[in-house]
Amino acid sequence: MSKPTSILDRQIMRPKNDQVSMSAFAYLYSELVQYHQTRVSSISELEQRLSSSGYGVGFKVLELLAYRSKEQSHLTPPISHTVDKPKTKRETRIMAILQFISSAVWKSLFGRPADSLEKSIDHADEYMIFDCNPITSNFVSVHQSSADAYISGIIAGVLEGAGFSARVSAHTVDVEEGESRNGYIGLPSRKDKAVFLVKFAEKVLQRDTALER
Amino acid sequence: MNKQESPLLFLIVGRNEPLYSSEFISNQKPTSDSITRQHYFVMHSALDLVDKFAFTYPQMYLKTVDKVNHQMVSVFLTASHVKFMVLHSGKGDDVLKQFFMEVYELYVKLSMNPFYQFDTHITSKDFDDRVRVLGMRYLL
Repeated sequence: MSKPTSILDRQIMRPKNDQVSMSAFAYLYSELVQYHQTRVSSISELEQRLSSSGYGVGFKVLELLAYRSKEQSHLTPPISHTVDKPKTKRETRIMAILQFISSAVWKSLFGRPADSLEKSIDHADEYMIFDCNPITSNFVSVHQSSADAYISGIIAGVLEGAGFSARVSAHTVDVEEGESRNGYIGLPSRKDKAVFLVKFAEKVLQRDTALER
Repeated sequence: MNKQESPLLFLIVGRNEPLYSSEFISNQKPTSDSITRQHYFVMHSALDLVDKFAFTYPQMYLKTVDKVNHQMVSVFLTASHVKFMVLHSGKGDDVLKQFFMEVYELYVKLSMNPFYQFDTHITSKDFDDRVRVLGMRYLL
């Protein structure tokens, strides 16, 4: 009888092409949405529940990816003769953490970086992350942003974990004519893309401007 | 002359309270060398300094943040601001950093458990055993 392996024995570094099939995720996620849909009485409550489901994921993703990024820089051969120390950096600036989310988190969770990250012109505390094909609403017939609330929950979890309190909401905008749409083969290309609006708390902005100086 | 062997206290602190604590005492004599409330107080007062460094020093290993009499508090801050704190008297930076790295790896693996909610007490016996082994190896 073999001893059951504990989670503390498993490897943190996974092989490069470690992926879960899209259909497995889609089935599981559709069940999650249906589960909540039968228990709520309004759309906003559904979004609230999906968002809090993703919230816990955000914290864990943050820790895991921060650890893995350190490991990888440790494993690359040193360029100079000095000893290559493992990189144990934390993100302390707003732009840095947002870029971490739109590249590292997106790549790890969805296999590709987010389409773009923009700062809002109208409001100083708002940033937007665009994604043409969020996997949570890939198979939703009429694209509503409520299914993407899960992803906005993940983003909110990552930000909260790193010390940047923010409110994240998912919206849809129409895709303009000339933009490239990286649609999936066999599916009609989408007419709208998802935008995740990140609104930071006041003290986060104050801290960031204080660090600027 | 006997060396001043102060006990070592290792704490994992979340947002509001310690999530895990363990004490490492080198010699087994059960006298005044045990962890007292004062040790916890010193750790608690060091938290302010940790918060001060949290956003100005972008590394995870914060080295020694506070020094009270002959005791020093060294802190390692993870990406999600979970603080690993060690109260010691004069351990080398390298030794502490290695200890912190090993505990960090254990902590990340523990947080991958879908049933472990972030910022809750760590009750896993396995985690406790492994941290004690690491403490014996690096800190004593």
